[in-house]
Order: sequence, then structure tokens, then C-alpha cells
Amino acid sequence: MSWINLSALWKIVVFGLLAGAGLPAIFAMGLYSLSRGPRVQTAGGGDSDADGLVGGSVLGIALAALCFLVVLAAIAWGIYEVYKIGHPAPAK
Amino acid sequence: MAGRDAIPVSNTFVLVLVVITALGFDFTNGFHDTGNAMATSIATKALSPRVAVGLSGLLNLVGAFLSLAVAATIASGLVDTKLVTLTVVAAGLAGGITWNLVTWLFGIPSSSSHALIGGVIGATLAAAGGHAVKWHGLVSKVVVPAVLSPVIAALVAATGTWLLYRISRSLTDAARGHGFRIGQIGSACMVSLAHGTNDAQKTMGVITLALIANKTVASGSNAPFWVILSCALAISAGTYLGGWRVIRTLGKGLVEIEAPQGMAAESASAAVILLSSSFGYSLSTTHVATGSIIGSGLGKRGAEVRWNVAGRMATAWVFTLPSAALVGAGAYGLADVIGGTAGVVVDLLILVAVSAFIYLRSRATKVDHNNVNDEWTGSAAPAEPQPAAA
Repeated sequence: MSWINLSALWKIVVFGLLAGAGLPAIFAMGLYSLSRGPRVQTAGGGDSDADGLVGGSVLGIALAALCFLVVLAAIAWGIYEVYKIGHPAPAK
Repeated sequence: MAGRDAIPVSNTFVLVLVVITALGFDFTNGFHDTGNAMATSIATKALSPRVAVGLSGLLNLVGAFLSLAVAATIASGLVDTKLVTLTVVAAGLAGGITWNLVTWLFGIPSSSSHALIGGVIGATLAAAGGHAVKWHGLVSKVVVPAVLSPVIAALVAATGTWLLYRISRSLTDAARGHGFRIGQIGSACMVSLAHGTNDAQKTMGVITLALIANKTVASGSNAPFWVILSCALAISAGTYLGGWRVIRTLGKGLVEIEAPQGMAAESASAAVILLSSSFGYSLSTTHVATGSIIGSGLGKRGAEVRWNVAGRMATAWVFTLPSAALVGAGAYGLADVIGGTAGVVVDLLILVAVSAFIYLRSRATKVDHNNVNDEWTGSAAPAEPQPAAA
């Protein structure tokens, strides 16, 4: 019996960093890709487009979609794992 | 028939009272903690206050069904269930609710979990002495996580904040704000879900404890379905009511938050809470959320963390377990002196009176969805433009 469960601790730190900081970072990369393109130059000046969020580059939009999909898939997988761990099969 | 022991406390009437009180605790847990999930989204205006609390309530409901690991810890990991009576559970709940309401009145985001655990432990100590408390479980499953979790959350949030600003530095401020506000809605939803998996479980654990004490279910049992459902509904209703005072402290008091920081803080909270829930740690979602928000201030150059506000919270955290334990022990003592069912009833009547008093006090300095985002002036309640006559 130990006071600190070290194996749980390192898992929480590592997976916490991956999910808690890594996923938002991928989301940010999505935003970055989305903003690439011809319209990005106008962003500094009088930009009429809503906040200049979409740059207009096709590749950028495709990469952004990929990033957002990765984030959503990771969240779905995470929720499934939590459900699985939280409902152990009843001991016979 | 020998002394007080002979007075029957184990009956359906008391059990019903205890279950109602437990659901009352769950309700206070909900509104005390709305801010953990939604404070930053409300502060950055990613969500309107009303939509935020509605969404959070709904997701707490879902989250309550998602994992049952924490309920098991509370029901059997902290006290010797053979020595726990219904009176002990009632007194413990009285301790937890009282502490939750007092801290809410002052807008301090203290831990509902520690309030509940403190109350139950205090009452158990008063009833059966130190050997009835599983000290090892208490330290390894409650105290150690309480110290470590805010630090881990702050680390994750600071890393996330740094990454988000780094990656998005070529975006204009407006584009960045817009993009991350959308992301924040997602991350805030995850925190609400995580809150359901952790906090709703605690009341389930306590009701299960009461059912075990009353021998309605066998020792070591899992929470029956009606317990899961009623706890899920109670915490969700409490969340929907919205603890505006605490939301204000978290969203405006600690750090002036921008959307990327909000998203980083919420993602860190959600990840740490969900991971810990899975391991059965009943950590405080409040401690995690606060750690994350401070981390989001540390991760951004030039951001200011109001350490005096953080210090006041940390002080409240240290006092939460012992204070709730004292109230719990006192409530048990009173119920024991009066004895039997009457003792429990008197305890709960006092609890209702105290709750009503605190509620009336809170009306004097009202914080609601209208003024929750007002400029921080050093206290939970915004400075009012002196009303002419009221």
C-alpha cells in the first residue's frame, strides 16, 4: 500500500498533456490552416470578411478539416474509453 | 434494551430524509460548480450565460451515467461501512451542505467533494472514533490528489496556452478570438461531462452508503439505478440554476481571460478530471478548474494572475475538510444527544433554517446572469451603482 499511485500519476500527467494540451494545439493548427490563402493579406487592413477566419486556400481548408476531424475522433474515443473503464463487467 | 443504542434509527422514514438531504447536497454541488465548466466561456462571451448553464446542466446529466468508478470509492473506500449509521450519513451531509452554502455566499470556489467527504468523516469520527475511518484511503484517494491535481492541471493548461498562442500567432486578434471561442464551446462541454462523471458520483456513493447502513442493499454494492438517475437529475438542476457568484470569481477574479486561454484551461480540466475519474480518484473538479485557469495565466506572456484571489481560495481549500468535519461531528453529537429519529429530524430542520438564512443573506448582494461579467472590483458581488431608493 503506497500513498501515491505512481503508475496512475504518470498516466494522468502524460495523457493529460496529450489530450488537454495536444488536442487544443491540433485545433489551433486547424485554425491556422483555415486562415491561409489569398485573403490573409487583407486581414490587417479594412477586412470585410467576418474576422478573416477563412483564408480561402483549398489546401488550407482541407488540412483544417483534417485537424478538426482528428480532434473530434480523439474526443469520441476518449469518451468511449471512460465509459468502458467506468462500467466494469460485474464480477460473477 | 440498553441506553441510546436501543432507540431505532434504522427505518424507512429516516432513510427517505437522508436520501432527500443527499439530493439537496447534490443540488448545491451542481450550482457551486457550474463555474468550473462555464466560467471562462461566459467571461470570454463564447456562450451567453443562460445558454452556458443550460448546456452544462444537460451534459452533467449525461456525464453522471458515463462512469461509476468514483461512486465506489466514496461508498466503500473511505469509512468502515459496518460502523456507519443513517444518523452519521445525515450529519455528514449537513456538514457538507453548510460548507458549500457558506463558501458560495462568499463566492469562493471551494471543493464540494471535500465538503462532503469532510462532513461524513467528521460524523464518523464522532460516532465511532478514529478506527472507523480508512485513513490510508483518505490520504491516497483524497488528500494527495487534492494537492497534485491543481498542479498537474496548471501544467497542462500552461503548456496548452503557450502552444495555442504560438501556433495562432499569425492570425489577427479578431480571427483568433472568433476561432477559439468556437473551440471553447467544445472544451467547456467536455468539462461539464467530466463534472458529471466525477461529482454526481459522490452523492451516488453517499446514498449507497446510507442504503448499506440501513441494510437495504448489501455491503459492497453498486449504486442502484434509481440512485444514479435521481443524482444525475439533482446535479443537473443545480447546475442549470447556476452559481453566479462562483462563476464570477473564476471567470473574472483570477485572470482576465481571452478565448485561447479559456480553451486551454477547459481542455486541461476536462482531460485531468476524466482521467482521474477513470482511476477512481474523487478529486475536486474545483481544484482542477482553478489550477487550469491559473495555468492559462502563467502560459501567456504578460497575463496577470491575481494571486491574492488565488491565495484566498487556497486558504478556503485547506479549511474545507476540517470545517465540514467539525460541522458533521457537531451535527452527529446533537442528533445523538436527542437520540433516534427525532435527532436526525432536528439536525435537518436546523440545516434547512441555516440554508434559508444564507439564501436570504445572498439576496442582499445579488449576482446573476445580468451582472456576472461586470468589471472585477475585488469582491464576488459587483459594485452597484447606488440605487436611489430600494
